Amino acid sequence: MIRDRGLGSKLWRTAVWAVTLLFILNLLGVIATVVTNSLATRWLGTWLPVDFTTRWYFAAWREFQLTEVLLVTFQVVFLVTLLSGLIGITTAYALARRDFAGKRFVVLVFLLPLLVPPLTYGIPLATLLYQVGLGGSFWGVVIINLVPSIPFVVLVMIPFIEQIDPRVEAAARVFGAGTGSLFTRILLPLLLPGMLAALLLVLVRTIAMFELTFLVAGPTSQTLVVSLYYAVFASGVRASQSIDAMAVVYMVTTLFWLILALRFVNPTQIVARAKQSQPAH
Amino acid sequence: MSDMVLQGAAQRPARPALKTRLAAKGFDGTTLLVLPGLIAVLALFIYPFLYGVVDSLTPQAGAWYENYRRFFSDPFLYNTISATLWLALPVTLLNLLLAVPIAFRVRLMRRQRLLTTLLVLPITLGTVLVAEGLLNFLGPQGWFNRTLILIGLLDTPLRLTNNYWGVFASLLITGFPFAFLLTLSYVTGIDPAIEQAAATLGASAWRRFTRIFLPLLVPGLSVTFCLAFVQAFAVFPSAVLLGAPAGATRVISIAAYSAAFEEYNHSLGSAIAIIMGAVQLLVVLAVLGLRGFFYRGSASGTKG
Repeated sequence: MIRDRGLGSKLWRTAVWAVTLLFILNLLGVIATVVTNSLATRWLGTWLPVDFTTRWYFAAWREFQLTEVLLVTFQVVFLVTLLSGLIGITTAYALARRDFAGKRFVVLVFLLPLLVPPLTYGIPLATLLYQVGLGGSFWGVVIINLVPSIPFVVLVMIPFIEQIDPRVEAAARVFGAGTGSLFTRILLPLLLPGMLAALLLVLVRTIAMFELTFLVAGPTSQTLVVSLYYAVFASGVRASQSIDAMAVVYMVTTLFWLILALRFVNPTQIVARAKQSQPAH
Repeated sequence: MSDMVLQGAAQRPARPALKTRLAAKGFDGTTLLVLPGLIAVLALFIYPFLYGVVDSLTPQAGAWYENYRRFFSDPFLYNTISATLWLALPVTLLNLLLAVPIAFRVRLMRRQRLLTTLLVLPITLGTVLVAEGLLNFLGPQGWFNRTLILIGLLDTPLRLTNNYWGVFASLLITGFPFAFLLTLSYVTGIDPAIEQAAATLGASAWRRFTRIFLPLLVPGLSVTFCLAFVQAFAVFPSAVLLGAPAGATRVISIAAYSAAFEEYNHSLGSAIAIIMGAVQLLVVLAVLGLRGFFYRGSASGTKG
């Protein structure tokens, strides 16, 4: 490790940490504003509200029909996670284990949905879904959310599967394991950490996925983030504390899964695909 | 004639079965497992995308290029491109400029987990929640303006919501962690032995950065720039909630959405969506093209 000791580098170091601290303070300030406002009786023109209350949570729960919204959110999110897991992991297995003509093309096809802005494919897909009659329905929301999730699972899982030595599978075959028991007894246990990581990341991303869900969600198929958007959009109608109470409910939902996800994954994986294991030096 | 049939029959045992030949090229039962995913992406991404292209070329009235003509002749529509670029490019550049030095500091830390976890927060919370929080936080009575007035930097509150700066702040908060975590994973991928070698030979910190790290980082940074730009360019909820959706922050996604779902003109909506994809692709290609001028190769030290 190299440590520079000049005055210039000291100043530079302080400046870098000051900027980091400023960013984190502002970030926490944003979150604290939402939480404080959701607990406030009245908060106008002062540092802190006049008094604190929890009644906005009950009000928000009734006003925004949060029981139904949460139920829909979890159904959508779990279904998307399950389907993209099933489809994505089988695809990733084939891509990790076989080299075939056109493989580069297939990988490109899986990369594209992650590189194109969601609205670019979301608007034509939503138009199609409305024409088939799935627009505004529960299944429409699930289908449109699968578009970024399946490629994400595929790209995260490929390096995980490549890490498993194919000789382990060959050995199992030699000892007479069928495809079924090969999968349940060999692959599943070895892949479990990677699968958990990939699926939890899909889960967190789907809860926060706004643009695509927004395009096809109808009154009965809104997820939490879409309801929150509509509430903020029409913010003159309802008390701001009530909207912030809903925002806190949303925050708790995402953070619960985030904390669970962080037990299994490195935070950098949430933005990038899993890094391939570094070769030993 | 009969000779040729006989010859063919004689050759056949020498040729392996179709299944074996395909397996030798990598096509067997396992390869078929790629099909469910491939079919799903073809049906849900490629087909709708092509459908959108065709849809955009069959306008409700007029010639096949009517939607594109309308987009590029109506300033209310074509100005959205510059409005979006004017938001997305500065934010992405600023995010990268902040991310690089901070990633270089954090790389030396032994316990990065708390910091990285804090920085993941805005990504998981999503743009809608950040927009809602910033509306109060940056508002005229919010803590941000109050603090600045308290320490004497300001006399009257700055107007930071419902304009360009509100959207800028929200893109900074959701975009910086993304750029930072990607940059961090690239920075930590560089072998520290290379830097130590440079320091041993007497290179100063600035020289080590410009001559050692920067050339090695350029490929990673250009990818980070592209991914961060894609996110910033697609800005939608915060431009509506925190910006001036009819004015300075009328970004291209608002135009696409309102054409498709408020005017019910899905043909024009698809056209704008495709223009959006094309503009973004141009920027990404330009950045990746610039990358070609720099060093490419291993970032790990090798012995011997």
